[in-house]
Amino acid sequence: MKKMKKEAMWAYVFILVPLCTFIVFTLYPVISAAVISFQKYKPLGSEWVGLDNYINTFKNGLFYKALKNTLVYSIITVPVSMLLSFMISIMILPFRKKLQSVFKAAFYLPAIASGVALSFVWKWIYDPLPSGLLNNVVKMFGLSNQNWLGSQKTAMLSLIIMAVFAGLGQNVIIYTAALLGIDSTYYEAADIDGATFFQKVRYVVWPIVKPTTVFLTITGVINGFQSFQNAYLMTGGGPDNATTMAGLLIFNRAFTYFEYGEACAQALILAAIIAVFAVLQFKLSSGDVEY
Amino acid sequence: MGLYKKYSGKLKYKGKIRNVILAAVLFTIALVTLFPIYYMAISSFGAPTEAGGASYSLIPKHFTLDSYKFFFSFSTYSFRWLLNSLLVASVVTISNVIFATLAGYAFAKLRFPGCKVFFFVLLVAMMVPYQVTQVPLYILIVNVLKIQDTYMALVAPTLVTCYNVFLAKQFFTSLPTSIIESAKIEGCSQPMIVWKIVVPLSKTILSVMAIMTFLGEWNTFFWPFLVCNSESMQTIQVGLKNFSFANTTYFAPMMAGATISALPMFILFFSLQKYFLEGVTVGAVKG
Repeated sequence: MKKMKKEAMWAYVFILVPLCTFIVFTLYPVISAAVISFQKYKPLGSEWVGLDNYINTFKNGLFYKALKNTLVYSIITVPVSMLLSFMISIMILPFRKKLQSVFKAAFYLPAIASGVALSFVWKWIYDPLPSGLLNNVVKMFGLSNQNWLGSQKTAMLSLIIMAVFAGLGQNVIIYTAALLGIDSTYYEAADIDGATFFQKVRYVVWPIVKPTTVFLTITGVINGFQSFQNAYLMTGGGPDNATTMAGLLIFNRAFTYFEYGEACAQALILAAIIAVFAVLQFKLSSGDVEY
Repeated sequence: MGLYKKYSGKLKYKGKIRNVILAAVLFTIALVTLFPIYYMAISSFGAPTEAGGASYSLIPKHFTLDSYKFFFSFSTYSFRWLLNSLLVASVVTISNVIFATLAGYAFAKLRFPGCKVFFFVLLVAMMVPYQVTQVPLYILIVNVLKIQDTYMALVAPTLVTCYNVFLAKQFFTSLPTSIIESAKIEGCSQPMIVWKIVVPLSKTILSVMAIMTFLGEWNTFFWPFLVCNSESMQTIQVGLKNFSFANTTYFAPMMAGATISALPMFILFFSLQKYFLEGVTVGAVKG
């Protein structure tokens, strides 16, 4: 009995620092955010305003636009990146381990460079002048000059392309790990049934890696909904808020206009939306996952 | 037998052709993903002149380090930004590995009242979007504790992340309990068990954790950007952003700055590639 107590005591000692960090830097801020969302923040004593912050948010057209942009961004980026990386992982498979690592490293390298550094490079790639890099490339395909980041038509597309490339490596690595874990007996069985290559991919590989796909979709969408940095650094949300997403909207509310209350209200709404999405995706996809 | 058909005998050439085609496609995609990095590095050796479209070339025409000099002479603190990043990332990494190991071990192998509740709370905490906590955290650091522009402000919120505790716990659960039990019978104290048994058995996962934490901290922009106003306390990422906003037309120096911020991580990546690649999958496989 005494031994048990000693063990428990050590356990509490071991979790002390993480627990304190959690209480001060997560639990307290979450509760505080909920409180602030019902207040108008003033340094010397905030003022209670009831549901005003929430009502203002729901009345604000920009809020819906930001949500729509966030949704478009996530809904395009995640499946495109997923499909691309799945195909790449399939293509990597027949090669030797060494060569696989070389390819994986090449795809993963952009994820290691800092987002700030990459945003500079992409800004120049998207240079609107005719001499701009991407403009030179599209010219080869007979397309006209584009003001990539400066026009409402292409600004979101530009951010999406960037995000797909930055996230590719990670997905490829995870998919490849899943593919290498597939037991060869599955393929043998399919061969006996006379399955073609594409049938094997569709009816053997795809169902087996489904848990991986679900995991990547959910984390991808969660990250997409929280995205902030690229929009902030590349377009500042423009032109005409075409790339203002939830993360940037909340940031601006808080640190450009110092409307802390409204920012917190918006953040909580966003958190609720993310939670609903995550649960929904999990429910929808776990129904037919077979382990 | 695998996913791909195995050709044998006279048909072997078919397999070879297939592999060459696949390699060519992969190589092309790799060229595209690597292009921004190549372009960044190449352009950084250009001259630090004000230039618009003039400096677009894919092959370096001149080779000069002047742009690097330009970057470092932009602010008297340019070099300090790198040191700040190094210091903050190192401290955060060390504290994460130590505390995540201890807590992960407690959650995986020790029984104590509240164990399940605490762990559940940890899982929930991982899912809170940072937007929810950003304003209260900012108020806490800047208005309440008044520690903006200090290393404390940069380090404290990420002293140990819930994710790392979770990661450690997941791995330690798979360690055989019998070893730990026998160590206990031999009279080994709990801290000694962690140090002498758990840590040596978990070197890989702890290295992975250290590397991924270091990478994340080095590249992090948002939090240092919020809490560090004075130039002397900025990290390289924040300094880089300010440099670029002040010098929008100086193309080559901007690329030099970007290269400087990315280079340490590239060196780390190529020397410890195995751990990086493992680090990406480690959270996913069990998740």
